[in-house]
Amino acid sequence: MKYLDEYRRGEIVQRLAAEIARTVTRPWVLMEMCGGQTHSIVKYGIDRLLPEGIELVHGPGCPVCVTALETIDKAHAIARRPDVIFCSFGDMLRVPGSESDLLVLKSRGADIRVVYSPVDALKIARENPDKQVVFFAIGFETTAPANAMAVWQAHKQGIRNFSALVSHVLVPPAISAILESPLNRVQGFLGPGHVCTVVGYREYEPLVERYRVPIVVTGFEPVDLLEGTLMAVRQLEAGRAEVENQYTRVVQRDGNLAAVELVHRIFEPCDRKWRGVGNIPMSGYRLRDEFRLHDAERVFAVEEISAQEPAECIAGLILQGVKKPHDCPAFGKTCTPQHPLGATMVSAEGACAAYYAYGRHHVQAA
Amino acid sequence: MAHQEIVLAHGSGGTMSRQLVEEIIVREFANPHLEVLHDGATFSVNGTRLAFSTDSYVINPIFFPGGDIGSLAVHGTVNDLAMCGAKPLYLSVGFILEEGLPQADFRRIVRSMRDAAAAAGVALVTGDTKVVDRGKVDKIFISTSGIGAMREGVEIDPRRARPGDRIIVSGTIADHGIAILSVREGLEFETVIASDSAALNGLVDAIFSATRDVRVLRDPTRGGLASALCEIAGSSGQGIQLEETSIPVREDVQAACEMLGLDPLHVANEGKLVAFVPEADAPAVLEAMRAHPLGRDASIIGEVTAEHPGMVFMQTRVGGSRIVDMLAGEQLPRIC
Repeated sequence: MKYLDEYRRGEIVQRLAAEIARTVTRPWVLMEMCGGQTHSIVKYGIDRLLPEGIELVHGPGCPVCVTALETIDKAHAIARRPDVIFCSFGDMLRVPGSESDLLVLKSRGADIRVVYSPVDALKIARENPDKQVVFFAIGFETTAPANAMAVWQAHKQGIRNFSALVSHVLVPPAISAILESPLNRVQGFLGPGHVCTVVGYREYEPLVERYRVPIVVTGFEPVDLLEGTLMAVRQLEAGRAEVENQYTRVVQRDGNLAAVELVHRIFEPCDRKWRGVGNIPMSGYRLRDEFRLHDAERVFAVEEISAQEPAECIAGLILQGVKKPHDCPAFGKTCTPQHPLGATMVSAEGACAAYYAYGRHHVQAA
Repeated sequence: MAHQEIVLAHGSGGTMSRQLVEEIIVREFANPHLEVLHDGATFSVNGTRLAFSTDSYVINPIFFPGGDIGSLAVHGTVNDLAMCGAKPLYLSVGFILEEGLPQADFRRIVRSMRDAAAAAGVALVTGDTKVVDRGKVDKIFISTSGIGAMREGVEIDPRRARPGDRIIVSGTIADHGIAILSVREGLEFETVIASDSAALNGLVDAIFSATRDVRVLRDPTRGGLASALCEIAGSSGQGIQLEETSIPVREDVQAACEMLGLDPLHVANEGKLVAFVPEADAPAVLEAMRAHPLGRDASIIGEVTAEHPGMVFMQTRVGGSRIVDMLAGEQLPRIC
């Protein structure tokens, strides 16, 4: 398949891995920011192609995983209502809240639907004028334009029964939070290719100056990931700290201007709680006041719901790159994709789920 | 969290389905036929070896590119019998109809079943029909059962897999699951992907014409090729080693999987089989399969190994190695 096969070619992958091995003179710790990158790394066994000393740690880049427990509980409170059709991306359905998950609520009669686009939820709202249709608007900058578009269309077309439960998160504040943590080990980043497709990478330039860390905007295929790793390692070895763009076939420095403009018209930055990590200042988007009629938190008055995370789950440390999934005593035992304790085990993009799906629980046990 | 109620993932064909079957059904019905956990049971009546199998069909939409619920209901049970090594003979059918279903739709489904049965060389010889209130079922549910005659001297059993056996898949994987997804509400694909729904008994005849020593046969339906192979590895206590580049996947199906974040190894098939045969017989079996219209794209995708017993490993296309696991719950589309 064009645009895929050439980035999965074994001989190029092997050549890049060898080049990395030649370049490295001392150990380095890199973090890939995006859940899709984590998934590819484990799926293709890329971390095992790297020379010893290059450690990849998996960042808080899975939007499903970092959605705060209390936001999940708010979603459940709304989804339980008989007057609501609750629409969500598929992998949010199994995420455990304090008491339940959306699959269980569905089995008890809640009208919960998997959609592939927020615009599909808008269509459901048009077709069901006697119901309140709520879309669970999560994700990083990547999904923000489509979510903004759905709210904008509802606003323009006067679709009063459509609202969004917004829990958007932003990458640059998370990078700052990781680098300012006293536990931090990360020396360089593979930047999130699809986030930067939308917003560009100007926002990352102040970060490399301030923290003196290389950030290489990187794609998602094996060749991308190894090339991004090589570029980051070259910077580290040379003592440079710059923003570089590996994913040039998609990402431009200014991003997608039309999308960014739409996002800023609908959303404004706000403080956001990240599951397992805690509050990060100005790390999220919420709907502007002008669109409050489409803000599910206000429509259903669930703003006050709060929640406590289970003590045994170390998802927070995993999301910060301090621990690996198999460092957790619950991993693969009391915590599995069928019965996840924390959200990093739930989404296919979560570090724990990716490790589990590609057999790391067996390997660790063996 | 442990589920107190049945959730959809219990029907996904992966680990949760298996748990439900083992912990409730097999435990309560306990008998040696059931405990094999094969697609059908085999037994002797007055000295004749028979295979017996049943399946239910609840698919939405009821008409889809490449088939409909009626043809699927015939193919599914014919294939379950064929995977026992039997020649399928007679089928029963139970219909549960929702009040309001257009008679024209019902007639179309019944005709499709008639044609599918004729093509597979089986007869639909007994049946039952019930009608329920609107909303109690989704248009039409169909249950079929079937009886087949076992071939002489044939023993299909996952426990017969031996190190060195070659694993052959009959064609491209994941076509059915993607075909169904492509016509479900909300997904608009630019190309039509047809289901592979087909009766496999003819292809099984072709395999047996090449060798009598077929160790394992399985049609990887719900849960996909990965779940079927994991089950076989688990039952046999042998390891399985796959080569990713040998597994045939149509380009449009691969593209759909990439977009939706699905793994083709976990997506359902309805007209494919996987055969385990001794290494020496593999070339002849492959040739016989490729000469059959349903086996044109047949490929040797791996082998049985004494290493890593009970587990399926795959050499990835970039030269890495990973473990292939069963589908855990329902395969849910990823956000990005």
